[in-house]
Amino acid sequence: MLARIFAPIVVGLGFVTALVFAILFTPHDAAQPNVVEEFHKDPKAIHYASDGPLGKFDRQQLQRGFQVYQEVCSACHSIRLVHFRDLEEIGFTKPEVKAIAKQYKIEQPSINPDTGEATTRKNLPSDPIPWNFANEIAARAANNNALPPDLSLMVKAREGGAPYIYSLLTGFAPVPANLPASNRPAPNLHYNPYFANLNIAMPPPLTADGQVEYSDGTKATVDQMARDVSAFLIWTAEPKLEARHRAGIGVVIFLLIATVLAYMSYRNIWAGKKH
Amino acid sequence: MSFPWAEHYAPKHPVMRWLDEKLPLPRLVYSAVGPGYPVPRNLNYFWNFGILAGLALGIQIVSGIILAMHYAANGTVAFDSVEHIMRDVNSGWLIRYAHMNGASFFFIVVYIHIFRGLYYGSYKAPREMVWLLGVVIFLLMMATAFMGYVLPWGQMSFWGAQVITGFFSAIPVVGEPIREWLLGGFAPDNAALNRFFSLHYLLPFVIAGVIVLHIWSLHIPGSNNPTGVDVQGPQDTVPFHPYYTAKDGFGAGVFLVCYALLTFFAPNYLGHPDNYIPANPLSTPAHIVPEWYFLPFYAILKSFTFNFLWIPAKLWGVMAMFGSILLLFFLPWIDGSPVRSANYRPLYQKFFWILLVDVLILGYLGQAEVTPMVVLASQICAIYYFSHFLIILPIVSRIERPLPLPNSITESVLHGEAAEAAPIGLAAASH
Repeated sequence: MLARIFAPIVVGLGFVTALVFAILFTPHDAAQPNVVEEFHKDPKAIHYASDGPLGKFDRQQLQRGFQVYQEVCSACHSIRLVHFRDLEEIGFTKPEVKAIAKQYKIEQPSINPDTGEATTRKNLPSDPIPWNFANEIAARAANNNALPPDLSLMVKAREGGAPYIYSLLTGFAPVPANLPASNRPAPNLHYNPYFANLNIAMPPPLTADGQVEYSDGTKATVDQMARDVSAFLIWTAEPKLEARHRAGIGVVIFLLIATVLAYMSYRNIWAGKKH
Repeated sequence: MSFPWAEHYAPKHPVMRWLDEKLPLPRLVYSAVGPGYPVPRNLNYFWNFGILAGLALGIQIVSGIILAMHYAANGTVAFDSVEHIMRDVNSGWLIRYAHMNGASFFFIVVYIHIFRGLYYGSYKAPREMVWLLGVVIFLLMMATAFMGYVLPWGQMSFWGAQVITGFFSAIPVVGEPIREWLLGGFAPDNAALNRFFSLHYLLPFVIAGVIVLHIWSLHIPGSNNPTGVDVQGPQDTVPFHPYYTAKDGFGAGVFLVCYALLTFFAPNYLGHPDNYIPANPLSTPAHIVPEWYFLPFYAILKSFTFNFLWIPAKLWGVMAMFGSILLLFFLPWIDGSPVRSANYRPLYQKFFWILLVDVLILGYLGQAEVTPMVVLASQICAIYYFSHFLIILPIVSRIERPLPLPNSITESVLHGEAAEAAPIGLAAASH
């Protein structure tokens, strides 16, 4: 009986004493003022057509975003999980997709069927969208040893999602005068308060209004291009978003009705039974 | 099944009698979830969560088996095979998000189920075995969930595997060889991924087996109830079917609505963005955090920062983290109070709520960036966690004066009314 009470107390006191010693003997340095935190900015508030439970993609915008990707981002970044055929989902017709694939400026790595040598061929709709670089080493060599990350999942792979990408693209700024020397951008780095450590290897990609020429007449301001390409990246990261929203509404309505019926049957069965 | 007030199956139809003689499957159903299992009439909604946990396991097994048809457990293609499921497999996104969030919901309902047991003293005699098997299920769930999180082979998968298998290297002398043996290499790689996949497929069925034992051992004394008072006769119970099948049906509806809302409208809310970056052994994420359901234990691990008694802090942390769960095995004997329900234990009740808040704070601290304040707070919370179970509970349960218990379950629900209202059908007939 006594053992029942003393055994746990002895074990408990063991853990508690270890923790009390940890509290007493861990150096509790005064928190260093965090320079990065002081200058770092949270993503700007920005709204997309695909936001919210009823959100749908603005296909016109996705096409403009694809154009920005194609003419600007694709110089360095890949979207390796997206296939040309997927572009039908953002409103291109089958022949258009075929043409886009065929005319795409980067060709598909291939093998010469006669000699077996490495070669390239024109893209087909079934091909993944190819990368401008043959491999990671080539990409690093061309970018001061910084690797331009694949963008397919970028919206889901970064805290803040699409608004973060939009903020990053429009957030390049002159280095603040009061930024301590240790946090100033090293050579080939660029100050951007939306980036985690304030200094990003990517040079500002969207530099001037009219950098791309939109065929739908939308004015291609830097802000507009950043919006469009970040919207496009929502789609590359979550191509089934619309199907998910649509199915979700149906499932939730169905479940709510079923739950109300289940509640009524519960009340009915228990009627008159005190509990 | 085997408690005195259980109803016995007496089939009337000759076919059912024939079947009962050859294979008493209907008898099993009748006694397990049918009218043959009388249940206290006063169970509240917290008693829904056992069934909900079973439902969550069912969802995980079904969605998991489908995922396994499309997933490839190989380090070079695992990440892309998950994206293949998300993009190219018909409704693959639904199956994958359902499985991903299903794990979280499984833990949510199991945590509520555990805290219900703690509040109403369901771990006490005669239900110690139910509780012990429950802790086994909880441990198996944690192992399964951890290995499942490794399978997408993203950054958090890889580094989570690195950190968690690293716990074993805290064991003196044999720790590092054990870790290498578990991983099949010096770091998580193909060998680890393959065995994790194999075990992740196996363990849910082990869990299902232990659940059978859990329910079997529950059906020997029968269910506990919010008063903690034993059932004294048929007036205290209602047959499981239709009374609790109906109530569980409603509970399942509410559960599924919450589950669907998260799965369809915020499927990545509980996840970590870094797991959408393919595993890269050369690049460590800024903060390695486990899934939310491990956070309180992770905070306990991190709160040991001092090599007390020449035992390294890391080993203290690992012992404390495993200890924080293993101590639950001893709970039925640590708590010496004969009163089950905290409703009649004023002192224990207060400490129960402090414990609940303490665990929630530990969960918050588990994901917070490590600053001196966070470390101090998690040390204080970890002290309370161990004190609650190992120091406060043995003492409080032996010194507190419980409130007077109701004489019976029926008395507690009738609140002094002499008799029950007539059933609806009879009342209507009398007019």
